[in-house]
Amino acid sequence: MQWEPVIGLEIHVQLATVSKIFSGASTKYGTAPNTQACAIDLGLPGVLPVVNARAIEMAILFGLAINARIASSSVFARKNYFYPDLPKGYQISQYEHPIVADGYLDLPRADGSLKRISIRRAHLEEDAGKSVHDLFPGATGVDLNRAGTPLLEVVSEPDLATALEAVQYMRAIHTLVRFIGICDGNMQEGSFRCDANVSVRPVGSEALGTRAEIKNLNSFRFIERAINYEIERQTELLENGRNVVQETRLYDPDRDETRSMRNKEDAHDYRYFPDPDLLPIRINTDEINAARARLPELPASRRIRYVSEFGLSEEDADSLSGERTVCEYFEALAQACGDPTQAANWVVGELFAAVRREGIDFSAVRVGPAALAQLLLRIRGRTISNTTAKLLFKVMWNGWDGTVDELIAGSDLQQVSDTDEISKLIAAVIADSPQQVAQYRAGKEKIFGYFVGQVMRRSGGKADPQQLNVLLKSALSVRDN
Amino acid sequence: MLNAAQIEALSRLARIQLDARETAALVTQLGEILNLVERMNAVATDGVEPLAHPLEIDSRRRADEITEQDQRANLQHGAPATEAGYYLVPRVIE
Repeated sequence: MQWEPVIGLEIHVQLATVSKIFSGASTKYGTAPNTQACAIDLGLPGVLPVVNARAIEMAILFGLAINARIASSSVFARKNYFYPDLPKGYQISQYEHPIVADGYLDLPRADGSLKRISIRRAHLEEDAGKSVHDLFPGATGVDLNRAGTPLLEVVSEPDLATALEAVQYMRAIHTLVRFIGICDGNMQEGSFRCDANVSVRPVGSEALGTRAEIKNLNSFRFIERAINYEIERQTELLENGRNVVQETRLYDPDRDETRSMRNKEDAHDYRYFPDPDLLPIRINTDEINAARARLPELPASRRIRYVSEFGLSEEDADSLSGERTVCEYFEALAQACGDPTQAANWVVGELFAAVRREGIDFSAVRVGPAALAQLLLRIRGRTISNTTAKLLFKVMWNGWDGTVDELIAGSDLQQVSDTDEISKLIAAVIADSPQQVAQYRAGKEKIFGYFVGQVMRRSGGKADPQQLNVLLKSALSVRDN
Repeated sequence: MLNAAQIEALSRLARIQLDARETAALVTQLGEILNLVERMNAVATDGVEPLAHPLEIDSRRRADEITEQDQRANLQHGAPATEAGYYLVPRVIE
């Protein structure tokens, strides 16, 4: 029998607030244990949670970005279970009335068409603390700094057909939440993590098979491997006439396998009920409209526009549209220099290389779009060659504070586009290279590059390459009798 | 109707230990509460908005600001066991 996987993801997006979702304790990562866990986070008697306005605003922004419905009234509920890093004995989450429902995201397929992934809901909840099992002999250490950190849990429909598609969807959400500024996306620090629901069914069947939930996948590589392992495991069970058990499984990256995590006796019975400490969140149309006005143009729309409006390749459009600082830089540069293709080449080429080399964030680039546009205009005006411009770019990057024209004037790198001067250099190279000339004239056209290189070298890199090409071709085709 | 097995399952989930006498009493008492709910279920509520909270007012929201300082020493004062800033609990193996 042929089997097909059915995959849905629950992505936990840690919202980039400075304080917690129900208390004024800091959410800063990596501080000494329990120094950021206040009485509310600890669930001490008599405390009252008050919701963080910014967390609600971020949830609304996300909802708008995935074309979802923003609930005019949504309700916090208690999810009851026992674990040492959950001091209250319940997690404040949302159940029946999530803040965001019925959205979608379109993923581009290889053939250019789009696959729509429906997003059932996104709800606000608080994170739990962290248990440390390997620090104290015979005991578990509990750090509650993370308890109460705001999360947005994004639940997709089981619309994903392969592990690769699941990764593509997860990347798209990762790009989106960073783009709209609601999450730092740092997967090492757990700011963006994912549970995967995986089942398989006979091809063509409408009914869903029994699913297993794989917990806490915090890298794109692991999620792909864990899902593929799980598909194989379930397929093998079914092929052998056995059943898949509905359970939670944990992926072990060292052994590249998933294994059962919780016993069936405590199977999900969380006894949700509305939290009496918190009133429903009411959101009116004005608030939604205000959020919509703040929503930037999103990566998917920019990617399409960069191709249709600017004529960029799909590949360049893709690498320029994912990050907000990059988009804004590129669009400013394209406008100022008047040539989007040239602007794209420089951002994807020189700027990305410089950022990678220095290991910095793109927002910290040291040449602004206005200054770089001046440089690009001088290339197009043939004042300098592209090679020279790359040299000058390095000088600018390292802290040149004058204008581009002063830099060009001061460095004696003006491009030589004087026909006579170039012709003299060509004549000298031809005279010095009788063998190569003979080969070229015998039909070995590849050797043309040798002449270009020789003339360039003698000009100190300053010959205008276009002119050089034209003059060189005509010089080589003239046979001296 | 509610039976002893359901009460036992709930007490396990709530980590509340009950003996046979208490279980039997709860079957009766919780059962009576559920009977009341059952009677309320019989009321026609078509067209009535479900209510998550008896107060018909909006949730207050706080500004996203840090207002809490480190109180670890005070808060850990009453904890049975702490070490290196952590609360210690019996070993939990997942």
